[in-house]
Amino acid sequence: MTDIVDIQDLSVTFATDSGPVRAVDGVSLSVQPGEVLAVVGESGSGKTVTAKTILGLLPETAHVRGAVVLRGRDDAEGADVAAMSASQLRRMRGRDAAMVFQEPSTALNPVFTVGWQIIEGLQAHGSYTKAEAREKAIDVLRRVGIPDPEVRIDHYPHQFSGGQKQRIVIAQALILDPGVIVADEPTTALDVTVQAEILDLLRRCRDEFGASIVLITHNMGVVADLADRVAVMYQGKLVEQAPVKELFAAPREPYTQQLLAAVPRIGEGLARAEVRAARRPEGWADQAPVVSAKDLRIVYPGRFRQPDFVAVDGVSFDIRPGEVLGLVGESGSGKTTIGRAMAGLTKVSGGSFEVLGVEMNGAKEKAIRPIRHRIGFVFQDPATSFNPLLTIAQCVAEPLVVHGRAGSPEDARARVDELLEAVQLPASFGDRFPHELSGGQRQRASLARALALDPELLIADEPTSALDVSVQARVLDLFDELHRELGFAALFISHDLAVVDMLADRIGVLHKGRLVEEGTGSEVLGAPKDPYTQRLLASLPVPDPVAQAARRAEWEELSA
Amino acid sequence: MASAAATAPAATASSRPSRWTRLPVISQLRQSVGLQRGMLVAGLVLTGIFLLTALLAPMLAPYGFSQLRDEDGSFGSLQEPSSAHLLGTTVGGYDVLSRLIWGSRTALLVIIVAVAASILVGVTLGLISGYFGGWLDRVLVVIADAIYAFPSLLLAIVLAIVISGGQSSMWGGILAAALSITVIFIPQYLRVTRAEVIRIKSEAFVESARVIGASHARIMIRHVLRNSTRTMPLILTLNASEAILTLAGLGFLGFGIEPTAAAEWGYDLNKAVSDVTSGIWWTSVFPGMAIVLVVLGLTLVGESLNDLSDPRLRKRAAGAEPVEDLGVDLGDDAPVAPGAPAGAPEPAAPAAAKEASA
Repeated sequence: MTDIVDIQDLSVTFATDSGPVRAVDGVSLSVQPGEVLAVVGESGSGKTVTAKTILGLLPETAHVRGAVVLRGRDDAEGADVAAMSASQLRRMRGRDAAMVFQEPSTALNPVFTVGWQIIEGLQAHGSYTKAEAREKAIDVLRRVGIPDPEVRIDHYPHQFSGGQKQRIVIAQALILDPGVIVADEPTTALDVTVQAEILDLLRRCRDEFGASIVLITHNMGVVADLADRVAVMYQGKLVEQAPVKELFAAPREPYTQQLLAAVPRIGEGLARAEVRAARRPEGWADQAPVVSAKDLRIVYPGRFRQPDFVAVDGVSFDIRPGEVLGLVGESGSGKTTIGRAMAGLTKVSGGSFEVLGVEMNGAKEKAIRPIRHRIGFVFQDPATSFNPLLTIAQCVAEPLVVHGRAGSPEDARARVDELLEAVQLPASFGDRFPHELSGGQRQRASLARALALDPELLIADEPTSALDVSVQARVLDLFDELHRELGFAALFISHDLAVVDMLADRIGVLHKGRLVEEGTGSEVLGAPKDPYTQRLLASLPVPDPVAQAARRAEWEELSA
Repeated sequence: MASAAATAPAATASSRPSRWTRLPVISQLRQSVGLQRGMLVAGLVLTGIFLLTALLAPMLAPYGFSQLRDEDGSFGSLQEPSSAHLLGTTVGGYDVLSRLIWGSRTALLVIIVAVAASILVGVTLGLISGYFGGWLDRVLVVIADAIYAFPSLLLAIVLAIVISGGQSSMWGGILAAALSITVIFIPQYLRVTRAEVIRIKSEAFVESARVIGASHARIMIRHVLRNSTRTMPLILTLNASEAILTLAGLGFLGFGIEPTAAAEWGYDLNKAVSDVTSGIWWTSVFPGMAIVLVVLGLTLVGESLNDLSDPRLRKRAAGAEPVEDLGVDLGDDAPVAPGAPAGAPEPAAPAAAKEASA
């Protein structure tokens, strides 16, 4: 069989303000019919750029060299996409190759019905009567698993859930039965439980529609679940290419090994938690908790006669001194809201929420201020949590200056250097501006700032979700190390069970504002009692193709 | 790699372009290409000529702005351009060229006072209004909208009368013109600053300052204010040209400065109206040209700054083949983004290497 996509020695250069930058450098790849090729790599590795050249979707500033030969279903010759004119590209797109985007809510036009958007692609490549087109669209919607397609075809995108929207985007890609579908991080914006369903659908695209899939992802679990063959990219170059089982079992290149080793796996944290538990002095469990929530309720008032939104509903938990509580949940589960309320950023509407002896329910800013210096906060996105106009040293010194420990950022420099050293950043980084640091470095600086006043309580809101896997591993290790040295209590919020497992002594699982399960790591992850926790665990793809195949069978059983 | 090992001040000095090239207009001039560059350069040249003329007026102008006679006697009214009066004389007997040159000084003063006052008031109100929100915000926005609803020139006339009270000294006239322009501009600065402040207020670094326990004043001044003034140079240039037009309009309608107090282009144009019908062109063409060219220059600068500050509108030099070592810049998590300052890749390189080696 001939390859359906054949990329030969592809190089892509972008013109930027700081001169030309080479994003892809001499990559050769091929995709066979009916195959799922996963292109993995960290941000900036050139994986998205490589995949976008298959559809000729690069911006004007890009300069492409090399050949990308794409063969249609009934076109044995193929044509070089890199050399196509705009009208040739237009004819090719949708018919020979289609794209599934990362964020389904922005890939669909909100002012047209989904049926109209699917039929639009159909009309661009041939003439159909209205009835024919509608029939085809209903058919494809049914095949991607939209219930009641005859009715739903006339609905607008906002009437669908995130997972359903992604199904519609996939239906749009499938309507002309293209030979290859390029899926750019198709599940990154989705929750874990929805991700499992979309991966299942993509697998059916291959099995039932016979399409090849080029899957771009940074999630090794997704790769293990779906891919037949894996190409690893690093800094614009192809590092390694192997069948999926071979790559996970015996990675050849050091970079691949390092990448796989950095992926957090569930169960790794048990040993760590045991060590921590053994170190604790006697009588620890009887100490007064640092944070104590009882029937905590947080409501966002509705506007314009909309009902109020209950973000957190009747949640109770305690955090004792030196303990790490991990909160896991999907988007909208209320985990971030709890963290913000703990720092006094969101108002508590009901129940009792005691933080360091201050009742947060009804507390005024004046009452919270005295405990501010005892709380540290690490934000999710390191790109926005630093004032872009201040140097890192000035940012880290800010809490010291505000609380009168130093007269000016310059006075605090000695302590700042100490802190930077504690988070393994060279002191000279203090003179740099935030944009001059990488994501991982910035997140470490953020940790330094949170620890500047030796807080008793640290709140970390998804501190690693914006980072690449290998960088995430280093930040998590650092967090663990600092926790051991400084012994602060912490609330660690994450959507990733494996990350929480690595650090937390106890894990709380949130679902729609309710705490459905709480216990030690081995209780919650080892023997989950709540059906939601069970489903969450089963949906999580593990970075091991053999184990994942078994889990998939389990998941199918659970969801049936 | 050397910069990471070097001492702190040396590292900052070597890893970033010099302070000079990071100044607002200079940095944009450096990154512009093609037509956008042409527009910016043309605007800068016109503005530069205007500024120089205003600064060097006493040296450049052959006569004073209110001079009617020299050793040879009176200039005479409506004299054609000649070697003694290069651009002729006006109906009142003033030298046109001298009035033109001195007039640039008045225009510049009005721009400076008007823009400085409106920025000061507008930005402060915008900052407070955007940061605290609530009823104060609503009241200020309603007032700003109400001012928008008035024809701006009418408002300027009313204010000129109120402020100067018929006074016609140089500073009285300039202040009257400048402050009446200020009132029209304050809503603009208020709106722009308020919008930016509302955006910045929800950024994580402001929340982080709140969590640290910083006071409102500190958050507003240290974290919010400096981050929300990025579009100021742009509005500033566009408003400067609008200020000139308003000043000329006031002068033309007779609410300007008396010719004995200062030279003013709008006044000269007003007095030249009757000359046009009798074929005397030099009294109206030159002040008119001066207004057009200065406004054109300032607008060109403003418009091209606008285009250049938006990465989607900014044209870049076509990407030829890259120099080989540039590939390193795409390190695994090096902050390379289109639009990143030119200095970013260099300091990031050792950083990327450090992450990778771990």
